[in-house]
Amino acid sequence: MIPTFIGVSLITFVIIQLAPGSPIAAKLMFSDNGMSTDAASQKIMEDTKRLYGLDKPIPVQYGLWLGRLVTLDFGKSYKDQRPVLDKIGEALPITIQLSLLSIFLAYLIALPAGIFSATRQYSLVDSGLTLTLFILYSLPSFWVATLLIMFFAGGEYYNWFPAHGISSIDAKSMTAWDWTMDRLWHMALPLFCYTYGSLAMISRYMRGSMLETIRQDYIRTARAFGFSERAVVYRYALRNSLIPIVTLLGGLLPALIGGSVIIESIFSIPGMGRLAFEGVLSRDYPLVMGVFAISALLTMFGLLLSDILTAIVNPKITFD
Amino acid sequence: MAAHTAKKQTYWRLVWRQFRRRPRGIAGLVVIVLMAVVAVFAPFLAGDVPILMKKDGVLYVLPNIITYSSLQEQRLYANFDRWQPAEGEWAVRPPVPYGYQRQALFERLQPPSREHWLGTDDGGRDVLSRLIHAARISMSVGVVAVGIAVLLGVLLGALAGYYGGWVDSVVLRMIETMLVFPTFFFIITVIAFLPPSIYNIMIVIGLTSWPGVARLVRGEVLRERQQDYVAAARATGLSATRIVFRHILPNAISPVFVYATFGVAGAILAESALSFLGFGIRPPDPSWGELLKQGKTHVDFAWWLVLFPGLAIFVTVTAFNLVGESLRDAMDPRLRQ
Repeated sequence: MIPTFIGVSLITFVIIQLAPGSPIAAKLMFSDNGMSTDAASQKIMEDTKRLYGLDKPIPVQYGLWLGRLVTLDFGKSYKDQRPVLDKIGEALPITIQLSLLSIFLAYLIALPAGIFSATRQYSLVDSGLTLTLFILYSLPSFWVATLLIMFFAGGEYYNWFPAHGISSIDAKSMTAWDWTMDRLWHMALPLFCYTYGSLAMISRYMRGSMLETIRQDYIRTARAFGFSERAVVYRYALRNSLIPIVTLLGGLLPALIGGSVIIESIFSIPGMGRLAFEGVLSRDYPLVMGVFAISALLTMFGLLLSDILTAIVNPKITFD
Repeated sequence: MAAHTAKKQTYWRLVWRQFRRRPRGIAGLVVIVLMAVVAVFAPFLAGDVPILMKKDGVLYVLPNIITYSSLQEQRLYANFDRWQPAEGEWAVRPPVPYGYQRQALFERLQPPSREHWLGTDDGGRDVLSRLIHAARISMSVGVVAVGIAVLLGVLLGALAGYYGGWVDSVVLRMIETMLVFPTFFFIITVIAFLPPSIYNIMIVIGLTSWPGVARLVRGEVLRERQQDYVAAARATGLSATRIVFRHILPNAISPVFVYATFGVAGAILAESALSFLGFGIRPPDPSWGELLKQGKTHVDFAWWLVLFPGLAIFVTVTAFNLVGESLRDAMDPRLRQ
């Protein structure tokens, strides 16, 4: 935990050194024909220099940055002068909502699909399902999102879903039920784009893991005892085959949060990804660094959580 | 040394024999080779500069590759689209006779037709021509980024696995740290600070994808290190670098190939996504993601700008994934008869 945190602080610190106004960046940019030196760029440069103390010695700079990281004080956004942490506080719940829903849906569909496929290995259904999942896995989400918007959200074809946002304008005056329905209606397309990739991946792993478990001796023993196939698969094989699937959660989290940049900016969802996207567009460095650092710290806790979860499902693993 | 190479050859022959039996892998390989051919020979497939031409009694060979000063003086390179051979002159043009940068504002956003097989974009540029030239960029981003990742990953992984101790823990901490950053956030954050260029994109994608390789190589080297042949090599007094690079790595490298194949798919996807968001390649240069971005702007009618670039990305990524999967299976000794 602590070494990782130090690592996070170091990497983010190195990236700040690329900011305009830092001597290192100045050297780099010089070979690149210089940055545009209009008044706006000049102002961004001065602000960044002041914010991160880029004119101070490197160790002092690092100390300053570490202080910001520990107190989660990332300064004020250049764009609207609001504290970065406030903006993140508004955006984060939306992204977490989306990713948790997406992970839940992915596991909900992927586990049965993987088990179904594995218990019918080499059948037509199995190979059909495997191929479909493989194709899903390779489909670029931004392409699928654009196609979905084109066909189902306005455009010349169907207009079943909204193409932008996560709530209707009058969402505030809705009853709880209507609000939930409205939110789900808005989230349907983004959630689909967000989910199908991890769904395909989890179910492929589930199939492989189940096949591996079924080959084990203890399963043969269970069969020899005359247990029904159902009992063998669901009571004995399933638990062990779930272990690697739970571990998968740790890798899924950073991928999903990273993917939010694409999905959220396509569907104009005001979450973390969209915030990062806008920050990069308007060269709002405090915002960009804040989102970047917070997303890393959050993923760190997510990974810790998935480690604990793995230890719970697999008693062979102990904490050391 | 001869015995060593012979053994290596038989290993790869074994893998190939397994690979050959997998039709999906072969299909993927065919697509990759085709894409590579398209990328390498792009100026012969699409462009308004002729491959062979005769003008003013002079025969010009490959003006699409070689810049002739006499043609340059006539300002022909910028205006080849309007040039027609006169009496006694002739030109052999590429099958798609449109330059990928050539704007034609009166031909903006046309659907596929006999002239423009895949339509035109919002600068009136031929989509097929741009797709062909974009293959160069996408393929090279994929290969270079993965090359950087493999180089870094193999070096750090081998160091960690061979030396163990504090070197190992430092590399492991580095890997753990990198895994904590959502990759795409990492890439766009760096891109926010750096001037946009295709080289920066290659480097950043490469720098964010080495941990997987390093972890893989570390594990393999750790296992190989216990083998008798390494003890023997050490006993003969070979240097550590020689033991690692000449003796251990050849035995530890094969899973890296599988990883790299998937890695190319991932890097192509990442570049397309970046260009799609507008953080990638700069607009006059062609990229599959950049075309798709235009498609998003005109999403209400310009289906050809959404369909074809997306298809190009999808087919290429699928091909690399198929080859990666088949290669992994072909290398798995448990599946070998």
